[in-house]
Amino acid sequence: MTTVTPNSDQPTVASPRRFDKPRTPQGKAGKWAEERFGMSGSIRNQLNKVFPDHWSFMMGEIALYSFIILILTGTFLTFFFDASMAEVRYNGSYIPLDGVHMSRAYASTLHISFDVRGGLVMRQIHHWAALLFMASMTVHMFRVFFTGAFRKPRELNWLIGLGLITLGLVEGFAGYSLPDDLLSGTGLRIAEAIMQSIPVIGSWVAFLVFGGKFPGTEIIGRLYIVHVLLVPGILAGLIGAHMALLIKQKHTDFPGPGRTEQTVSGERMYPTYGLKAGGFFFIVFGMCAALGGLAQINPVWLFGPYNPAQVSSGSQPDWYIGFLDGSTRLFPSWEIRLWHHTIPPLFWPTVVLPGILFTLAGAYPFLEAKLTKDRERHNLLQRPRDVPVRTGLGAMAIAFYTVLLLSGGNDLIAKAFDISLNAMTWAGRIALLVAPPIAYAVAYKICLGLQRHDREVLEHGIETGIIKLLPNGEFIEVHQPLGPVDDHGHGQLQYAGSAVPKKMNRLGAPHHSKIRGFLWPVREKAEIEAELRALEAQQAEREQQKELTD
Amino acid sequence: MSGTPADKPKKELSADEVAKLSTEEAMIVGAEVDDVFIVHRRERFPIAGTRAEKRAERTVAAMFLIAFLAAVGFIVVFCGAVPFEWHLPGQGSQGFRYFTPLLGALLGIALGAIGIGTVLWAKWLLPEEEVVQDRHDRPKDPAQQMLTAATLVQGFHDTGIARRSMLKATLGLAGVSLGVVPLVALVGAMIKKPNRGPNQSLFHTMWGSGVAVVDGEGRRIGPADLLPGGLMTVFPGVPGGIAAGDSPTLLIRLRPGQSVKARQNQGGFQWGDYVAYSKICTHAGCPASLYEQQTGRLLCPCHQSQFDVLQDAKPVFGPATRSLPKLPLGVEVVDGTQYFVAKGDFPEAVGPAFWERP
Repeated sequence: MTTVTPNSDQPTVASPRRFDKPRTPQGKAGKWAEERFGMSGSIRNQLNKVFPDHWSFMMGEIALYSFIILILTGTFLTFFFDASMAEVRYNGSYIPLDGVHMSRAYASTLHISFDVRGGLVMRQIHHWAALLFMASMTVHMFRVFFTGAFRKPRELNWLIGLGLITLGLVEGFAGYSLPDDLLSGTGLRIAEAIMQSIPVIGSWVAFLVFGGKFPGTEIIGRLYIVHVLLVPGILAGLIGAHMALLIKQKHTDFPGPGRTEQTVSGERMYPTYGLKAGGFFFIVFGMCAALGGLAQINPVWLFGPYNPAQVSSGSQPDWYIGFLDGSTRLFPSWEIRLWHHTIPPLFWPTVVLPGILFTLAGAYPFLEAKLTKDRERHNLLQRPRDVPVRTGLGAMAIAFYTVLLLSGGNDLIAKAFDISLNAMTWAGRIALLVAPPIAYAVAYKICLGLQRHDREVLEHGIETGIIKLLPNGEFIEVHQPLGPVDDHGHGQLQYAGSAVPKKMNRLGAPHHSKIRGFLWPVREKAEIEAELRALEAQQAEREQQKELTD
Repeated sequence: MSGTPADKPKKELSADEVAKLSTEEAMIVGAEVDDVFIVHRRERFPIAGTRAEKRAERTVAAMFLIAFLAAVGFIVVFCGAVPFEWHLPGQGSQGFRYFTPLLGALLGIALGAIGIGTVLWAKWLLPEEEVVQDRHDRPKDPAQQMLTAATLVQGFHDTGIARRSMLKATLGLAGVSLGVVPLVALVGAMIKKPNRGPNQSLFHTMWGSGVAVVDGEGRRIGPADLLPGGLMTVFPGVPGGIAAGDSPTLLIRLRPGQSVKARQNQGGFQWGDYVAYSKICTHAGCPASLYEQQTGRLLCPCHQSQFDVLQDAKPVFGPATRSLPKLPLGVEVVDGTQYFVAKGDFPEAVGPAFWERP
């Protein structure tokens, strides 16, 4: 291995550097800081930190960026929101609700939406960013699961991530409940019923949280401080820990040429990766802003203020709560009554089931290590196809979750497709038991098929699509071998856990085509073309020499 | 490839030697000090001033220009170019309908363009690099580990806590009790004994003997107010009765020919062809408010529990287990008009079940 030599045409310093007497303002600032903090070594280390480049690594970034967007837009909203359940008569500019009695929380949400300049767009960006926060964390979790990134030494970060998703659910639900509209109030009503359903301490828990019988006068104020201080504080702390472990342990990396367990390869944080990541933050923010302006979300003025006597059909929570709504709809009416006490059916799908799901998810890295007796440290990722059991289990979990999520909207599906609601419920109950094993079997088979295809290409080469007629009249397809072949024409390469090229022309062309231009190629002046060609030849020669010396 | 780059002997350079290096050389050496090896580095445009380079630079600059224009547009729209005050159709400027979409679109374009411009800058104009960094994540050598372990163990030993059992016991007592203090402070401040205090019982509602039946506006309701097959949400006519969470009650007038077989000991709860049930679903507490008068079925839209009014509000589908509680209905005559009154509270707890409920 050789490292690069600097490009020869770079200007060398005319006079030697003078660290003792800097001349430029930056140099002076650097000297000032070094004399006080003495951190130039560790700063350089961080500036040179290497980040691997793979699209799937951007999911976690989206989650981080949406958290920042949530803090920015949320801070704006706190200046106008009034988390009080005191009753007022509305007299703002939204005429259809003029004179209606409502809580100050609902009235101030209307105020933000109609009477604060730009308030509505901020509210909607905040809501979209919240949905994106949960969605990107979920997809990020899939990525980490299916590639085995949770394995030793990263089990703790898996648990922290799971904690972030759990707290994200709480945070989202609390925020969703704050406007005190008819839809979110119905959600709170159900949340109270869930607390009440816990055996022995249920009514104590509900009275503690709500400060008395539902709805009481406390809950919005309490949810507010939970939503703007308590949970965001814990989230920020956990995100900090998640990042700190990431920096200490460094990124995982997909296997490939030159990739080892001991190294990580990619781009340095400063300047390339930092610019890309910073740009990506603005792209994510831009997406949220465009959604917040163009796609209406949670139009609370259409729902009206909360009223325990009213509900609208098609009541759905935000998507990340949907799986609990679905489990509640599907669970049969099994109530346990013993010695003058009751365990309501609500308890099982809303307290026990999520408890089991999250415990299983948290235990998974340890279970897998125990069952596979794998105690090794892993920095290189696995392709999902190479671990069919895990991939099958993941597919099973996703199938289970998807059935629950769809069942959370089964009334809408029933309406859209004119199906009986009862049939939807029964379909959900059956699918919940049947779909996961099917998903496992299908995913497992697909993994094996993909594995076999990889081996086949390594052995026989890439299908070229060229059909050849042999003298004996037999037709065969010409295969392009990936490397040296033995006497029988079989490839000698072993599978190494990385992607196998399967299309023509992928071989021998590892770099992107050098033709520039979007609609037509950019033509350079003749002398520059010649100069470029000379340079390329020089480069190729240098690389050949390098290969020889290595 | 054999071994990691870190295994190579490092160049040790003095300050004088570093001072003589070019900036790029010094950057590469600095990276290698931290075991970061730039294995491939190449200018994207090795020859300055080509058309392709100018074009790349112009594209990035165009993105930043778009961001600038969109940001200015946002400020102009925000500051009054488009009105934001809400008006009913036909009663004032409808320009506000464009206010939020414009703000979102312009902000989205501004942020998106600056983001895309930055990413393109990094991808097109920065030198192309392939960098390998040593992870430094192998466990420290055994001697190091032992030294750290010894430091920890000796420090613990120095406190003497292992043999000073009195200290251990008393510190444990103090620690545990102090640890409970914040819990006691928070839970103790918030805790409320269930079912104590006025209108705080899960077993009782504000209905009672002689309580008037009123609608959402507080008007008294009588047998003349509903047509056959009709349904109305009614509340106890007492202060706070309309707002309370467990008050909503469904007053249903059966259609001719429909009949309800009453539960045990609830024979007199029906009045004429009127029956009244708690509207609060016995599953999760949503109002069960979708009524199909032909079949006499009530549906709760939250989790789709269905109750059959003709079977005395028995759950016939979905997750609910218990029938909707039935309100004993009666009638009193005021100024020659008949009005409904409750003959008592619901005979059982209303809404979702809980542990203490028999």
